[in-house]
Amino acid sequence: MAEQQLSKTLERIKGQFSDQIVDLHTSLGMDTVIVPKTIIFELVRFLRDDPDLKFNLLSDLTAVDYFKRNPRFEVVYHFYSLERNTRVRIKVPVAEPNPEVESITPLYKIANWLERECYDMVGIRFANHPDLRRILLYPEFKGHPLHKDYPVTRRQPLVGPQDSMA
Amino acid sequence: MSDSTEVTKDMAEAQVQTPDPISKRMFLNVGPSHPAMHGVIQILVELDGEWIRKADIEIGYLHRAFEKHCESGTYTQCFPYTDRLNYVSPLINNFGFAAAVEKLMGLEVPERCNYIRVIMSEISRITDHLTCIGASAMELGAMSVFLYMMKAREYLYELVENVTGARLTISYGRIGGVKGDLPDEFEGQCRNALRKTREVLAEVDALLTKNRIFYDRMKGTGIMSKEDAISFGITGPFLRSTGVSYDVRKASPYFVYDRMNFEVPVGEVGDNMDRYLVRMEEMEQSIRIVEQALDTIPKGPTNVDPEGKVIPPDIMADLGKFGKTAGLLKNEVLIEPTLAGTQQKYHQLIRADSKQAWLPPKEKVYGSIEALMNHFKIVMMGHGIRPPKGEVYFCVEGGNGELGFYIVSDGSDRPWRVRCNAPCFRPMAALAGLLEGSQMADIIPTFGSVNMIAGELDR
Repeated sequence: MAEQQLSKTLERIKGQFSDQIVDLHTSLGMDTVIVPKTIIFELVRFLRDDPDLKFNLLSDLTAVDYFKRNPRFEVVYHFYSLERNTRVRIKVPVAEPNPEVESITPLYKIANWLERECYDMVGIRFANHPDLRRILLYPEFKGHPLHKDYPVTRRQPLVGPQDSMA
Repeated sequence: MSDSTEVTKDMAEAQVQTPDPISKRMFLNVGPSHPAMHGVIQILVELDGEWIRKADIEIGYLHRAFEKHCESGTYTQCFPYTDRLNYVSPLINNFGFAAAVEKLMGLEVPERCNYIRVIMSEISRITDHLTCIGASAMELGAMSVFLYMMKAREYLYELVENVTGARLTISYGRIGGVKGDLPDEFEGQCRNALRKTREVLAEVDALLTKNRIFYDRMKGTGIMSKEDAISFGITGPFLRSTGVSYDVRKASPYFVYDRMNFEVPVGEVGDNMDRYLVRMEEMEQSIRIVEQALDTIPKGPTNVDPEGKVIPPDIMADLGKFGKTAGLLKNEVLIEPTLAGTQQKYHQLIRADSKQAWLPPKEKVYGSIEALMNHFKIVMMGHGIRPPKGEVYFCVEGGNGELGFYIVSDGSDRPWRVRCNAPCFRPMAALAGLLEGSQMADIIPTFGSVNMIAGELDR
């Protein structure tokens, strides 16, 4: 594979975590780093605090279910730096069973709700999260709707007619 | 940030131990269906007299499985769902989603189309801010302001209706363009509507900005620090009211915003008054952008074929079927009003030059086999628009801040994953902290200035 020119952000991350990074690339103008879940907390802290990076805004946190692929899930973080006007995407592959990554709530306050949503919808658990409850759905809900094996037609009403398709 | 499980537990204990209503602490439910909550949301507060000691926000009452539904339809079928995200400014959602898919496919849309997107986005931003300010002013007792602002919004909704055919659920965006070109009389109507909107804004400014009652309830309440706002990932007018000048239109210009001359208003202390002032100024700036865009937009079709005559669609299709295609492509087909602006003469102005993403004009579909096949490839199940394998994150400046779409494509005609990064999710996460330590009555202006749109919050 031809060695491509790395952006400044990726150079900096590579310099710090060279031996632990799975992959680094730029796709459609977005710097992307794939890392194992063991270093995610350290990496995010580095992204936020390093004076050359300063990714102070957590733009998005979500997860994707790559059904029938191993590892099945991928937690995706998007960071933005207000000072440098740059974005970076961090991806963490998470395997079944018991998909779990470290919570980054101590670093970004919004991570609290975003991780709750991610847990609610995709079923990723976040270790050391202060309050990991469902956020959009109700506590009695079974399963996680954004799993690819959760049928779009399944209904789980608390009141009213029950699901005839289940 | 409150520990909400504790609030719930405390609430249960308090009910058991102190049935006395004059006890020190009192728990109160505001919402999910409350006259002062424009949107379904529950705020659970623990009161000490009039003071809020703890607050917990419960969301999700309007969850409609937006992301799940997007996965089960084709890319084009996502557009009606995006209308219903922020239903006060649906056009911005449409264009944001379309631009994300275009980035994934590497499509370039023509200049006039980009101008149309800018004009319609800014009109939507004005309607969004009008609704926000109007509704929160009404909740503070200024009923006439609400009515004036709804009047102004009506002028703009009429424009939207003329262009898209609908007022709210517009579905006007398309991958690689917009549904149809602007109507011929649009420019005049638009300038007229903007002039009348400006008058309303001046009127509202005179009524509200120096109004003692309004000022006292907005000034110094719901203060958010710059650091907290950033940590909560807040964007849009809310972040700008704290003094951070971040606007996606300036930071990473999309469409043709880099050609527009406009200011990004910022606040000083980040209280409700600042958020009100930022929104008022943003509406003025949006009007400026629309006026500049109207001045510089590339003109519509001029060289219509003089021999081209208008033929009803069934006749044209019959002529094509019998092979009488000579000269047929030069004629114009009579199409129904909901498709106005999609005739052949408008086509190259509003769509990307790509056969992968855009339906050919009806004239060509009826008149040539190539266009008919092209049409078939796009509309038939299992064919459709197929972005290459990959993932993309694209954000636009929505009414409430950075509206981002993260789309993962597996190369098929259906998105593998669509993630909508909703701007009002973030201030809602911060709301509990804003309310704690303030008075019961401050819920109304603070919650109003968040501009929660349940459709976008709960998706």
